[in-house]
Amino acid sequence: MVESTVKNKPNTLEMPIRIAKRNEMGRKKVILLRIATFALAIIAGGIFIAAMGQNPIEAYKLILKGAFVGSQRNPLSSIQATVIIFVPLLIVSIALSFAFKMKFWNIGGEGQMIVGAIFASYFAIFHSNLPHIVLILLMFFGGALGGALWALLPTLFKVRFDTNETLFTLMLNYVAFYIVKYLETLTGWRARAGFASIKHFEDNAKLLKVGGVHIGWILALLLIFLAYFYLNHTKQGYEISVVGESQATARYAGMNVRRIILRTMIISGAVCGIAGMIQVAGIDYTLSTGVTGGVGFKGITVAWLAQLNPFIMALIAAIFSILEKGSGVMQSTLKISAAATDVLQGIILFFFLGGEFFTRYTFVITKRRVKK
Amino acid sequence: MQAKNTAIKLKGITKVFGTVRANDDIDFDVKYGEILALLGENGSGKTTLMNMLSGIYQPDSGEIYKDESLISINSPKDSFAHGIGMIHQHFKLVDVLTAAENVAMGTKSKKLERKSALSARIKEISRRFGLEIDPDKKVYDMSVSEKQTVEIIKVLYRGARILILDEPTAVLTPQEIDKLFIILRKMRDEGCAIIIITHKLNEVMAISDRVTILRKGKSVGTVNTNETSARELTELMVGKAVELSIDRPETEKEKNLLNVFRLFVAGADGRNAVKDMSFDLSGGEVLGVAGIAGSGQKELCEAIAGLADVTGGTILFKNESIVGKTPAEIIKAGISMSFIPEDRLGMGLVASMDITHNMLLKSYKDGKPVVLNRKPAKELALSLIDRLEISTPGVTTPVRQLSGGNVQKVLLGREIESKPSLLITAYPVRGLDINSSYTIYDLINEQKKKGVAVLFIGEDLDVLLELCDRIMVICHGEVMGIVNAGETTKEELGLMMAGERRMEAEGKNG
Repeated sequence: MVESTVKNKPNTLEMPIRIAKRNEMGRKKVILLRIATFALAIIAGGIFIAAMGQNPIEAYKLILKGAFVGSQRNPLSSIQATVIIFVPLLIVSIALSFAFKMKFWNIGGEGQMIVGAIFASYFAIFHSNLPHIVLILLMFFGGALGGALWALLPTLFKVRFDTNETLFTLMLNYVAFYIVKYLETLTGWRARAGFASIKHFEDNAKLLKVGGVHIGWILALLLIFLAYFYLNHTKQGYEISVVGESQATARYAGMNVRRIILRTMIISGAVCGIAGMIQVAGIDYTLSTGVTGGVGFKGITVAWLAQLNPFIMALIAAIFSILEKGSGVMQSTLKISAAATDVLQGIILFFFLGGEFFTRYTFVITKRRVKK
Repeated sequence: MQAKNTAIKLKGITKVFGTVRANDDIDFDVKYGEILALLGENGSGKTTLMNMLSGIYQPDSGEIYKDESLISINSPKDSFAHGIGMIHQHFKLVDVLTAAENVAMGTKSKKLERKSALSARIKEISRRFGLEIDPDKKVYDMSVSEKQTVEIIKVLYRGARILILDEPTAVLTPQEIDKLFIILRKMRDEGCAIIIITHKLNEVMAISDRVTILRKGKSVGTVNTNETSARELTELMVGKAVELSIDRPETEKEKNLLNVFRLFVAGADGRNAVKDMSFDLSGGEVLGVAGIAGSGQKELCEAIAGLADVTGGTILFKNESIVGKTPAEIIKAGISMSFIPEDRLGMGLVASMDITHNMLLKSYKDGKPVVLNRKPAKELALSLIDRLEISTPGVTTPVRQLSGGNVQKVLLGREIESKPSLLITAYPVRGLDINSSYTIYDLINEQKKKGVAVLFIGEDLDVLLELCDRIMVICHGEVMGIVNAGETTKEELGLMMAGERRMEAEGKNG
């Protein structure tokens, strides 16, 4: 007999609950689960509102009203404001999803959008006397170029030296931000001496309005279909999927992995840059550090919640925009603190993400007798 | 010594993964002082069953008894505490530590035993069971069989009296297998209960006292080894009589389709993994490559496919050098590789995609520019499913949900469909059941008859001997010799795999 050197007592403690991987859920079940999590999120948010001494149903009504019902003078004003939030968020989410599909963590949507806005603003400020259509096209392609360059930099380092793209793209956001700060002080860009702000665009450099909102919303809707087609029905889209799943497999199939990564990131950055251009030419009519409104980060959440499906991204981005526009109105009507609406958005997001967990895992309760 | 008392008894064990009943109402027992072979094809549930003893899984229902009393094993720690030790197929050792440190690691004692005491104890265990190990040797300096020895000492040191070995011979040369068997017999005589998981019949016959056979998650019975035969065991395992011989058709040879001359290839660590390798391969010939895992097989395949850095030498395909060409160009030239890595899915297939999209991998560039045309790929997928009897719920099921055999049929089927003149296939039957394996051998022979040159990287020497025309044996990236498969023996191959060079005289182009 072999005697034991290390003495352990048999562990008779039962673990009643354990986490187990579940088999892949059917599509119907997943949709049901999503609806359930959404309902739960609304309920949990309601409890939070109630805890602040407000009527949750009233509060939710206010949110919807704030997002959709406009003033007497312009009944469409609220919807227009919601769409204005929606457009850049959707465009950037789609842009990021190209990179995410390839498992390239582009956290630099903010920076790419800012640099796109800078390039577009350059034409708006220094070449404002060009014919309108030429100027807008120059701004459009300039914006795309700026975003693409800003995305290209970390990607080159990634494919060449295998640097970490998450950190690199993130840090470049700050670089872009401070470039705008610098431009604000530069003669030529600066509006007036002594003020840190950039000139307003002339009317010639402003985007056409359709239905009371700049034409960018049409572009955003077009982009949904374009992105869906590109990712699912083109050779390049197929390459992106394969590289995302396994670079070894991609190489094995004769794909040029580096080129695919570079190409995809150029597209991702360019689309972010276009979002920047639309924002300066359609809404702000000037360049400022607040041009992104944080969509470079929010877009990450939207893209993942939608599992990179452009149509669902549109849906989620719409929900986010309604929440943002509506909760602003709720907050001012009910006189609750601005932080409370952030908490509310956080709660809803938390439930969404928690729901994802249950599509993949399940809790198993073990019932077993143990004799001691 | 309380010989022949029941050590472990399993009653009605059931384990379900999703829709698969991996273990279905299995009864099983092993006694002290015996070697029990757990025989079954891949996917029959052997490893799952043993993982429930080692605490990795918990049964959905059923009872585990040890020494006649009901126990519950919730974690590997519980398993150790009950004196059960499992030696996994893939070793779980820390490379930069010594044998002794690996043995002491993870034990519960608060204070680390003093080095000298530890060494003394390891030596004591080694002497007792006839194991040979230097306690101060670092793991990265060890051969595969030495690492296995460390694993065995590790479980013995923790006081295990019930040992489970998962396919312990898969990575060993024939000589090392003999040595392992001597050790196992000694452990049995010392009163240990030993369970050896395997699908190799000759080993079952050589080492075990009793055999429990699993088929598709169910136990089909336990027999005494000396009352049975390999033939009967196969029938129990497969469920029907199987013809166990592989064809070696005679073919017209088209000389020198592939010429590899003094090839050097860099491995992942920058050192040459293939050193000064020279061989030739004719159309209509199957050249086997035998060698211990990690002897440069992967690098050789990747070099020919254009995926690895060639640091010296030449590769001539149809008298044209392919060194420096891109993988895409090499595929176009008619070289096709199917490499089945250990995880089966890492290369060659995209796990989350369905069969159609995996067919596209090699052909997606065909047809109109820009737009992806799925139609031919879908037709190909359907015809392969039909012709190779791939069992799948449909063409839209992700390949990761298919069983190993079906995954490999998908991969090999696609490679063959590209009508290559040179087919490189590495471990094509890895993890397959007997019937699927024979389907794959037939596919390879079919290609051979069509005049395709086949480079076959294999694991099982019996298969290499039957299927291949010639066998090249490699060790540490060097060619030990090239022999005619009809004129050599397993023992000779084993010695060469361990590094004994053979005069390369008669083996040339048989």
